[in-house]
Amino acid sequence: MGAFITQVAALAARSVLRTARQPAVIVSALLFPMMFFAINANGLSAASRIPGFPGDSYVDFAFAFPLVQAALFGAITAGSDLARDIESGFFDRLSLTPMRPVSLLLGMLFGVIALGLLQGVVFLCVGLLFGVDVHSGFPGMVVLVGLTILTALGFGAIGATLALRTGSVEAVESAFPLFFVAIFMSSINLPRNLIEADWFRFIATVNPISYLVEGIRSLVITGWDVQALGLGFGCALAIVVLALAAAGTSLRTRMAR
Amino acid sequence: MTAQTRSGSTGGFFAVAWAVAGRQTYKYFRNPAFLAPALFPLFFFVAFAGGLTRIGSVPGFDYAAGYTAFQFVWALLQAVTMGGAFTGFSIAGDFENGFARRLMLAASNRRGIVLGYVIASIARAVMTGTLVTVLALVIGMRISGGYDLFGLVGLVLLANIAATLFGAGVAMLMRTQQAGPVIRTPIFLVLFLAPVFVPLRLLNGWLETVASINPFTTILGSARGFLAGQPQNVLPAFGIGVALVIVFVLWALFALRRAEKAGS
Repeated sequence: MGAFITQVAALAARSVLRTARQPAVIVSALLFPMMFFAINANGLSAASRIPGFPGDSYVDFAFAFPLVQAALFGAITAGSDLARDIESGFFDRLSLTPMRPVSLLLGMLFGVIALGLLQGVVFLCVGLLFGVDVHSGFPGMVVLVGLTILTALGFGAIGATLALRTGSVEAVESAFPLFFVAIFMSSINLPRNLIEADWFRFIATVNPISYLVEGIRSLVITGWDVQALGLGFGCALAIVVLALAAAGTSLRTRMAR
Repeated sequence: MTAQTRSGSTGGFFAVAWAVAGRQTYKYFRNPAFLAPALFPLFFFVAFAGGLTRIGSVPGFDYAAGYTAFQFVWALLQAVTMGGAFTGFSIAGDFENGFARRLMLAASNRRGIVLGYVIASIARAVMTGTLVTVLALVIGMRISGGYDLFGLVGLVLLANIAATLFGAGVAMLMRTQQAGPVIRTPIFLVLFLAPVFVPLRLLNGWLETVASINPFTTILGSARGFLAGQPQNVLPAFGIGVALVIVFVLWALFALRRAEKAGS
């Protein structure tokens, strides 16, 4: 058990260092979600005039966007890094050592958690500077960062599954539009009850990302909404469990090759 | 001899342009990835037109053709400008794999290369533009403009040509696929720092200021006017479009000369 923890710790440190040594990855992971947040929050501020819109500020409403988008960037980064390890032969060399391959997966996911934590804290600080009013106060901010990290972990495990199944950086990168679509086809821009098109409201309702977004959003604009938080954490945990199971299966398949 | 050379040079210009255009167009349509530039605008269009229809009922939103049509114009312009950017990526790839070097050695008139890429990019824009339009009609877009639609097509073509020439210039200057973000990011910013979700008068704060000075805002507004059958700012929009094309023609020719000097 001690050796396993040492292995995971070594690979987690490698994963975090590798991300830290790629300023372009960190800058884009921080800059792009904030840029979209700034544009969306301002461009759609008129939406707060729609009767029934929750709250009176679209900035508060839109704050979930950068956090969820950040998790998406984490997934692509994590998946690409793992795919690069497979492409470069590092994964094969590792499999010849006594190190357990699952350590690589867990170590990499610690890198995702570290990036998710950084993004959550930075976005929260920038959001507060932009005038975001978190109704649940400081404890809510802590829970908000926790839900962001859990979301990043879930997406990261999906990225890892893609990497293990394809072993190709290009294939992982090409999944980016799919993640992006999944985010936009949710209640990210308007509450579900204000979505006019029935087909879009249906997609948003069955899209688990809507519940992640609504969980984060409830902490900002409502305070402590047990139902929204329960659904948000429930969906995040379900994604984490399912994606980790899929990653584990893919790992075993790749090791058997 | 001089006359013959001059004549050959003109002939060479078009011969090179057609050859490059033919190769590029063949490359696009043989590879399903040619649809990639259309994917993002399609996603954005479906997400915005489907999810934000209610914005059309915000007080002050008075676009006659409805919210789907309002979003369609932006998605169409995004599709063709990103198509131009992707042509830039393709040129950068040609430089990296050595094809551009052979092409420049073989071409009797190298300026024809630039025209060739532009023609291929227009062919690509027609394809992606058609895809976006078909999708918009399927989800219920209303078209109010009759002959005015030719104005919309004209602006869309100018936007595509300008973006292609910009991308070509960057690609020929950098001559590496790492030029990708340098081509994509400014185009992306210009597209998003405009009245994407609501008309300019409903914007406020810093975005209103930036959108007011963004030349793309005039083109977007005029293109939306053509679709609704209520043309507006026609001369300024075409003026900006033509000016952008002229500036980026000079930019692309400058970059071509730099590539020639570098011996690529």
